[in-house]
Amino acid sequence: MKPRHRRITLIVAGVAGLAVAAALVLSAFQQNLVFFFTPSQVASNEAPQGRAFRVGGMVEVGSVKRQADGVTVHFTVTDTAKSISVAYKGVLPDLFREGKGVVTQGRLENGLFVASEVLAKHDENYMPPEAADAMKKAQKTNQKAVSTIVNVPSKSGVTTQ
Amino acid sequence: MIPELGQFALALALILALTQGTLPLVGAARGMPSWMNLARPAAQGQFVFVAIAFGCLTYSFINNDFSVLYVASNSNSALPLQYRIAGVWGGHEGSLLLWVLMLSLWTMAVSVFSSHLPDDIIARVLGVLGLISVGFLSFMLFTSNPFDRLLPAAMDGRDLNPLLQDPGMVLHPPMLYMGYVGFSVAFAFAISALLSGRLDATWARWSRPWTTTAWMFLTLGIALGSWWAYYELGWGGWWFWDPVENASFMPWLMGTALIHSLAVTEKRGAFKSWTVLLAIFAFALSLLGTFLVRSGVITSVHAFATDPKRGIFILAFLVIVIGGSLALFAWRAHRVGLGGHFEVVSRETFLLTNNVLLVVAAGAVLLGTLYPLFLDALGLGKLSVGPPYFEIVFVVLMAPALFLMGVGPLARWKQASLPELAVRLKWAFVVSVVTALLLPLTMGQWTPLASFGLLLALWIVASSVTTLWSRLKQTPGASLSKKLRAQSRSYYGMLLAHVGVAVFVVGVTMVKSYEAEKDVRLAIGDTVELGGYAFRFDGLNEVKGPNYTAVRGTLTVTRGGAGVATMYPEKRIYNVQKNAMTEAAINTGFTRDLYVSLGEPVGDNAWVVRVQVKPFVDWIWGGCVLMALGGLLAVLDRRYRVAARARTREDALAAGAAAAS
Repeated sequence: MKPRHRRITLIVAGVAGLAVAAALVLSAFQQNLVFFFTPSQVASNEAPQGRAFRVGGMVEVGSVKRQADGVTVHFTVTDTAKSISVAYKGVLPDLFREGKGVVTQGRLENGLFVASEVLAKHDENYMPPEAADAMKKAQKTNQKAVSTIVNVPSKSGVTTQ
Repeated sequence: MIPELGQFALALALILALTQGTLPLVGAARGMPSWMNLARPAAQGQFVFVAIAFGCLTYSFINNDFSVLYVASNSNSALPLQYRIAGVWGGHEGSLLLWVLMLSLWTMAVSVFSSHLPDDIIARVLGVLGLISVGFLSFMLFTSNPFDRLLPAAMDGRDLNPLLQDPGMVLHPPMLYMGYVGFSVAFAFAISALLSGRLDATWARWSRPWTTTAWMFLTLGIALGSWWAYYELGWGGWWFWDPVENASFMPWLMGTALIHSLAVTEKRGAFKSWTVLLAIFAFALSLLGTFLVRSGVITSVHAFATDPKRGIFILAFLVIVIGGSLALFAWRAHRVGLGGHFEVVSRETFLLTNNVLLVVAAGAVLLGTLYPLFLDALGLGKLSVGPPYFEIVFVVLMAPALFLMGVGPLARWKQASLPELAVRLKWAFVVSVVTALLLPLTMGQWTPLASFGLLLALWIVASSVTTLWSRLKQTPGASLSKKLRAQSRSYYGMLLAHVGVAVFVVGVTMVKSYEAEKDVRLAIGDTVELGGYAFRFDGLNEVKGPNYTAVRGTLTVTRGGAGVATMYPEKRIYNVQKNAMTEAAINTGFTRDLYVSLGEPVGDNAWVVRVQVKPFVDWIWGGCVLMALGGLLAVLDRRYRVAARARTREDALAAGAAAAS
């Protein structure tokens, strides 16, 4: 091979290698994006079936129940509008507490969210931003819901009378 | 009074930094020696004032001055002394001050150990460092002042986050920052090369030891952070691909590429523009990392919105530094030139390929770290990038890089021959393949991934031995010890760092393939079996620490009836913040760690306990330490000092001649 040909081969090989690397990186990236949903979104079937995602909100007070095996825990995560039942097997993080914010990652199985990970950050006042956001969103829609609920009875009241 | 003194010292440091960042650069451009000579005294004076400021803040911490807002937020009167000192860099403002202290320390070191450098070069290097310092000092003084008062003073402080009350955390930030900030020296050298248009082997020899030293500290800093996460977070994980970790890993990848590229620039005069670009990127990623971690963007993008001044300052600073230096690069890179030619098969090509792989890997980490932040900032939804993404990317990108690590050191510069390389490396290859196929069997279970990881590690070791052997054969000398002594320290440093990588790979492979973990409910007297070890839960008692109370469990570990260890995992409650903290018990061994952490109480005298067996996990950090030691050896190479001494002697002779005439 002439030096010029060699150089061209090198450049072509280099570019091809980079393209393969980029394609690989991007496809791995695509497959491993974990989306976040609020309990309300899960309730309205926006969350994917058979793919891992995250749910965040507040651990409902009085909902944490240890199963007979001592290791599995069931609890409810709520955004004050809707809630979702979560099952988790294993040791919970230190800051996991009823009435506090939490983010869990896992999959939906027959309406139960089977968590593989429970995240609660190491700060008393810290609310995971996702969880805080979920609550805020739910409160907004709640207010709307409340206002429609207030409107509806007055109308229906009129029609039934 | 003391805090005001500190603030005043910072203001003076800023004025000196402004002097250091402007006059010497102008002087170097116009050829005015008196202006250039301002660089050294300005740099040294700046160091003194920053050190005073740092001392003042430390004093306020030690004496529990809760009229200083930052002290009140990060300390407490019950906090032990060593953690009150570590509290200085426990938050945003103080860690910026630490950053600036490190920067002025590096600048000071450059000004002292640079007597052999031409005046215009040193004026430019110190000038650029001065400008960086101006950016940080004004950021601190205008948006994040550690000396802000809290009036009336707090009765007591809010305490340091219990997680940070740990020896590992005392050392981790200074080490990491030494690394981060050290790349600013490499950056300053690169910018001065662009400004002067002079970039040759001598330039590379000047900037190499600085870059390697920075890389060494960064390596140790990251390893310390990983080790801390392992024993302190109580989960037994050693790397989480968390944005905070990624922020330190990206500059490391770029810095690793840089030290290899610099080697080529020194030895062959090649890769010149590429080296400069890598130096710019390494420092840019260091800056990005500092800000990502310390500005609070990661915990919430909206932290920016609540304090827009900080956010805008940071973005502006990043844009000026990165944009400015890239613009300078575009404008002046042609004067630096590309450097020497080389053939397709040559050591240069192998190193270039490794460089590209490292840069692509850094890019992949950047994508995975910043993409969720961008989406969130733009209000396009929330998501996170799962660790499997990073793992796949690293296995695929690093496997060829590790393979080339074996070939590169043996290949000739400029032109190598593949058949010749194949012949020389055939035994290394055969030995590593056979061993890698058989070794996993001793662990009781053969998996392809375990075999593959071990193959790469063994290949690096075997080919390093081959390289050393063939080098010794070429060295003239009577005895083996003479031949061994004839090799340079930087050569041994390279081999040691490569072996360190191999050790690291063994650790990662073994942990990933053979770790075992069980979460179980244990009542007192219960036993759980894992990986051949029996853990018996013997009891609980209460313990009082200086600023916490704890429940301590006792577990006796046996293997085949023989006693192995007694382990004491704790669950601590810190008095001020009332946070529960898991303090895992770890029994460290050469080939495995036993790891026990208490979960929570369930019923009478029973706890959920997590037990883990982690084979070879300590090799991960051991490998990092070897890499850093390799870096240290390389820095101590005689040629850096010989060149320095020769230069001073020349100067002395010239001065003597001038005086005589």
